[in-house]
Amino acid sequence: MGLTLAEKILSKRAGREVRAGELVVVEVDQVMVVDSIAGSFFKRLEQLEATPRFPEKVTIVIDHVAPAANVEVAKAQKEIRAWGQRYGCRVFDVGRGICHQVLIEERLALPGGIVLGSDSHSTTYGGIGCFGSGMGATDIALAAASGRTWLRVPETVKVTFRGQLAPSATAKDAALEMVRLLTADGATYMSIEMHLVDGAESLTRSQRLTLANLTVEAGAKCGLVVPSGEILQMYDLPGWLSPDPDAVYAREVEIDLSNLTPRVAVPFYVDNVEEVEKVRGKKVDQVFVGTCTNGRLDDLHQVAEILKGRKVAPGVRLLVIPASSQVLEQATADGTLLTLLQAGATLGTPGCGPCMGRHQGVLAPGEVCVSTSNRNFRGRMGAADAEIYLASPRVAAATAVAGYITTPEALEEATYA
Amino acid sequence: MPRVWKFGDAINTDDILPGKYAPFMVGEDRFHTYAFAHLRPDFASNYQPGDILVCGKNTGLGSSREYAPEALRKLGLKAIIAKSYARIFYRNLVNLGIVPFEAPEVVDALQDGDEVELDLEQGILRRGAETFLLKPPPAFLLEALKEGSILEYYRKYGRFPGERTGG
Repeated sequence: MGLTLAEKILSKRAGREVRAGELVVVEVDQVMVVDSIAGSFFKRLEQLEATPRFPEKVTIVIDHVAPAANVEVAKAQKEIRAWGQRYGCRVFDVGRGICHQVLIEERLALPGGIVLGSDSHSTTYGGIGCFGSGMGATDIALAAASGRTWLRVPETVKVTFRGQLAPSATAKDAALEMVRLLTADGATYMSIEMHLVDGAESLTRSQRLTLANLTVEAGAKCGLVVPSGEILQMYDLPGWLSPDPDAVYAREVEIDLSNLTPRVAVPFYVDNVEEVEKVRGKKVDQVFVGTCTNGRLDDLHQVAEILKGRKVAPGVRLLVIPASSQVLEQATADGTLLTLLQAGATLGTPGCGPCMGRHQGVLAPGEVCVSTSNRNFRGRMGAADAEIYLASPRVAAATAVAGYITTPEALEEATYA
Repeated sequence: MPRVWKFGDAINTDDILPGKYAPFMVGEDRFHTYAFAHLRPDFASNYQPGDILVCGKNTGLGSSREYAPEALRKLGLKAIIAKSYARIFYRNLVNLGIVPFEAPEVVDALQDGDEVELDLEQGILRRGAETFLLKPPPAFLLEALKEGSILEYYRKYGRFPGERTGG
């Protein structure tokens, strides 16, 4: 019987064939640490009386509260810079961008590799066929000290995305639909292996990263998109990096992209997914476009396309935070930013922004926000009773213009009615 | 006597410790005082060391922030009984030396405020004359917990539990 993509990657690394359920200890290519965890990470290494075994395999990204919002954070980030210098580890400082986007851009995460991150959305690397998984500070410190980690080889859920995306749908809608189908714990401890077929191969790297990003919201250990399309041009792919045709799956589901409609995850759970139609008309105070889910150039292009010649509704704040300095540069060069600013958007420093309620757009009690991010948990972006609706950049843009949750299609109708 | 603090399904890491109260936002000495600040504001000030957390399905979903369970450990938590756990949270509990018991029937039987006694080593929970047997965590994890945590284990042996050779 054949192997799944996760079994292939872990077998290759373990030097023997391993199957779902086995415990393996494997070497990792990169250990990624974010600023908010760095203090715990340093403390754990001290407890271990260890230093990074392979300094070039440890990367710290200052992104979760960048630039610093208060003295505590400033102290923590100062320590990160000094520590990086001292041990020869890479540090990406304020403004470079969100950890996952930066590791992809810097090609520190590569197809067939294994990257551990101190951030749950490390599943994002799976968008290019890299085994990415999130862990806590102790596991991350152990990985830095030893160069290895222990893993239970995961069972696999196969998700087939079929067809060309419907014009009003995006990769975000496909990802939300996947989380709805699997539910928030439907893939716990598992790998989600995503197959793009019958036209879906044309999904770009950015769109694949969006799919992989959301897999952790179904509980997954990793979310691997089987490389195809532009990934084949962008990377030198190892010949073995594909699942066997007779691989064994715990479950298989299929999503038809050609008749997908815009989705929204309603408070306070990510698997609480509805059609946008269902909540259309809900008034909003803030719209946030950004994050490791949807802060890339194509996301900003989609927003600009809808905002062109329009204005953000009075009383609504539209925050746009590019995922990285590279995205920011490109969006500046091609005029996208000007369109957004002319429509009334406010721009933030590349990084995580208000996604976890720490700065740059925290919500007041009773406020409603449409966000292109990945979590709508109670109190996540600020006040305990503030509401977060997760949607695509298209829906976010239309909502910003209307002042209530809507789609670009409905906005168009309203304009010409 | 220790008491039960009972929560429902899908208690996430933002419930356990909201991101704005991370140690690097408010300081190492204070972050634990915000445990469950949104969901149950009376928790941190009334929790007594040894009190048991009882939760439903998919406990600890969300962020990888180890400082969420660390806040609970700082308050004196030694064990959680839940119907099921999210992956990263489960690893974090083991890594911090908090024992994650999985026992859906026991969760259903326990009420918020119940006075209980837990024998961690034997996995026996007592409520008055009643006794509940808790299935111990997997051997691999028990081996680590025996040393206090996986950190202690690695420092002592230079390898992971179950790993044949160090390196």
